[in-house]
Amino acid sequence: MSRPGFVLDVDRSTPPMLFWHGEKFRLERLPEGSRVVYPPEPVEALADPDAAIRHALLNPVGDSAPLPALLKAGMRLTICFDDVSLPLPPMRRPDVRQRVIEAVLDLAADAGVDDVVLIAALALHRRMTEAELRHALGDRVYDAFAPFGQLTQLDAEDPDAMLHLGTTDQGEDVEISKRAATSDLIVYVNINLVAMDGGHKSVATGLASYRSLKHHHNVATMLQSRSFMDQHRSELHSSNWRMGRHIAASGIKVFQIETTLNTDTFPEHFAFLQRREWEWGPKDRATFLAVSRSLDRTPARLARSIFHGIRSPHQMASVQAGEVEAVHALTTENLYRQQLVEVSGQTDVLTMGLPYISPYNVNSIMNPILVACLGLGYFFNLYRGKPLVREGGVLILRHPTPWAFHPVHHPSYIDFFEEVLAETTDPVKIEADFEERFATDPWYIHLYRTSYAYHGVHPFYMWYWCAHALSHLGGVIVVGGDVKAVRRMGFKPASTLQDALEMASDVVGRDPSITYLHAPPLLLADVR
Amino acid sequence: MKALVFERSLPRFAAARVASALTAGGGARVGPLRLADVEPPALPGPGWHRLRPRLAGICGSDLATVDGQSSRWFEPVVSFPFVPGHEVVGDLDDGSRAVLEPVLACAARGIDPACAACARGDTGSCERIAFGCLQPGLQTGYCADTGGGWSGGLVAHESQLHPVPDGMSDQAAVMVEPAACAVHAVQNAGIADGDTVVVLGAGTLGLCAVAAVRHLARPGALIAGAKHPEQRRLARALGAGTVAAPSEVRRSVRRQTQSLAMDGQLTGGADVVIDCVGSESSLRESLAVVRPRGAVVLVGMPGPVNVDLTPLWQREVRLVGSYAYRHATFATAFELVAAAGLERLVSALYPLEEWRDAIDHAVHAGPRGAVKIAFDLRPRPGAASGRRAELGPRSGETAGTAPGGDGDPASGRRAGLGPRSGETAGTAPGGDGDPASGRRAGLGPRSGETA
Repeated sequence: MSRPGFVLDVDRSTPPMLFWHGEKFRLERLPEGSRVVYPPEPVEALADPDAAIRHALLNPVGDSAPLPALLKAGMRLTICFDDVSLPLPPMRRPDVRQRVIEAVLDLAADAGVDDVVLIAALALHRRMTEAELRHALGDRVYDAFAPFGQLTQLDAEDPDAMLHLGTTDQGEDVEISKRAATSDLIVYVNINLVAMDGGHKSVATGLASYRSLKHHHNVATMLQSRSFMDQHRSELHSSNWRMGRHIAASGIKVFQIETTLNTDTFPEHFAFLQRREWEWGPKDRATFLAVSRSLDRTPARLARSIFHGIRSPHQMASVQAGEVEAVHALTTENLYRQQLVEVSGQTDVLTMGLPYISPYNVNSIMNPILVACLGLGYFFNLYRGKPLVREGGVLILRHPTPWAFHPVHHPSYIDFFEEVLAETTDPVKIEADFEERFATDPWYIHLYRTSYAYHGVHPFYMWYWCAHALSHLGGVIVVGGDVKAVRRMGFKPASTLQDALEMASDVVGRDPSITYLHAPPLLLADVR
Repeated sequence: MKALVFERSLPRFAAARVASALTAGGGARVGPLRLADVEPPALPGPGWHRLRPRLAGICGSDLATVDGQSSRWFEPVVSFPFVPGHEVVGDLDDGSRAVLEPVLACAARGIDPACAACARGDTGSCERIAFGCLQPGLQTGYCADTGGGWSGGLVAHESQLHPVPDGMSDQAAVMVEPAACAVHAVQNAGIADGDTVVVLGAGTLGLCAVAAVRHLARPGALIAGAKHPEQRRLARALGAGTVAAPSEVRRSVRRQTQSLAMDGQLTGGADVVIDCVGSESSLRESLAVVRPRGAVVLVGMPGPVNVDLTPLWQREVRLVGSYAYRHATFATAFELVAAAGLERLVSALYPLEEWRDAIDHAVHAGPRGAVKIAFDLRPRPGAASGRRAELGPRSGETAGTAPGGDGDPASGRRAGLGPRSGETAGTAPGGDGDPASGRRAGLGPRSGETA
């Protein structure tokens, strides 16, 4: 039985806390009276995931027939799956997508379905490499489909590959993959790491074009989403739900499969990352010291390579299939059950250590924009109810924030950082003055379609993710970051956490309440 | 009178080349330039006037000369010894002020009929710059007969003189000549409405070019390549829509023009590139960011360079030189200086006696947050010359007046200078009327600038 997450009140006997610092770790002693929000321990994994998957396919939830009843010889079947941005870190083989897709394909073969195409639901993300596809789908699936052009990746800039399905009652364009839209059945295979993932967002976002995405990936929507982890208070989700229902009303049938993973996030040699500091045994302390000191001496590039080589021991904790909304309701319940931590009241200062990885730098560099997005877009939003930090409070991030970009994966990020952020950091102004030009830049489009580049508009979306936090907070301080990079984003740099707390007192007063979000592993603060 | 004299001395010239190869500006210590007492130049004939410099700027071409880095191309059109200094505002004998147009064209040389270029007013392209009643010299400041601005006096032909409006400060007036170069460059560039224009270099010429593009054309986008923070600030203030570090210019142009790229090579590019640096690397960059059939206007003085011209050939790029100006350009230049407030580019003033410091400051202007460095030759109180009585400050001229110096900007002049090397630019004490005080300086040399 795993222990739930909890909130620790720091006192004199509390040991220093472990903070992520990119590809490094730091121990920080928090002031007495601070709170530490710990994630729950990983929930039990499913004993037989393959059997659970098969059971879910045969016993769907909501208004859906079992999958075998939906599969007929001569039909067009499209299986879509989440891309390389999930899960984090990438999981050990077999990936949950492989398990699910193999099960679906077995049923399709039994039904005599020949016309099957797999689509990586990239939206405007970068394409996956062969190695990444093989890792996600397994060699068997890859070798059976890729050589015949039946394993594809969404190209949202190919006008011949997209189909406009009209608009929602709010005037939102709905344009998704033509292959998917013209299939007799779409099977969507999700990995739901957080409550934000899945539901109608899978098809309405994962298979959509810029024309469609811009209706909810914009500043106004982000500002009206409190939080992304609570679909009923998220305009991002409302828009996706409208689009999803429009897709269903257009006669497109979606069989949704959602999976949750437990939070067993790091392998044994990083076990100390998942233990509470005062419970560290001699082995944990020795491992921490050895790992931490050697990482401090390791060149950044090598350290990056080591960390991106981590394969997480995540295991499947639940699987549910059937009608989109019914499935997602169950998934959300499961996620809440394993991630929610009750927190009483907001804090003046919220601090967090950011790790080496975010959804958009798998096998890549965590550039400053992604640092901002991870801290202000994702971790800030790991709440239900109210944000952990009060309005006008201060967020203190810890990350080296190097002025470094992956030239293949993030070409438009470089220009965004060097040109757009040099001009303004205001998301509204950025959206108005720059987005369209980046989104329609033929060079970025070319790189998105033919190389491994995120779409030209993607860095804008990353910045928009920060919009809610930027409007809510009284200040953002980055500890240990590249000073110029931090300032470019409009944040304040600090050398130490103590300095940062001192700086924060200018905003929140001399005796602020301080809360440390001890993640990852992931948690969701249920702020009362 | 005192003058900085550049003599023909091969050993010193060689020493300057060696010294400047080690340290930019090193030629000032060992080269052919020296401070000397000289006789004022004689008036060459009718129509000539004495001009006593008030301010005389240090130009990039002057620095190349001091460092022995000038092209040998100039040898036939220069006569020794000469007094450098061609960016000059000075006093005439009648007490009025004038800006010098330094080109020594047919009219100044007493050549009649004038050459074809002069006949059409294109004095910068005069075909007789080594002939007539003067020794060879393409401009005042390179001619043995006329003297130059880095002195107590020179002679100027009436065709070279442009009266300074009463309300214009000396600092503004000394910017008219470089502004005229920029105006001429923009007029040569043929910028169409909506064009994307790139200005490489943000020294005096580059910043003047940015202002001139904004003043005279209607570009769709104006991108300035600027290396140093103060240069970037000024480029933006003068009208650049995008200001990019030199290493970012190509990306900016690509994004602005939505060009594709192949191994960093753009398929399209800017319609017009105005290269105000003139170095090998700036020329390469110009050819890299200009579109096929676009124009590169070379304003910075290049000297011998080694550049692959294949892109020029393959993309049918027009490479246009832009030297000096037409006589009529000065009227526009006066307007530009006033409209754009170009006097703000004058960062520091030095007395002639501190010429080595002045040249050092000019050589390192960019990193030291400066733009235009000039010699201040206005009379100081108590000076023996007796000129003080006849050369008081002009009405409406405030920028050159230092407090505590009863109107004489030269008083307490060290206190009014811009920052020394290693200092950060900031407010210098003593001189709230002195443009050097409190000014964050900007930029530097016309040639030899790094983009």
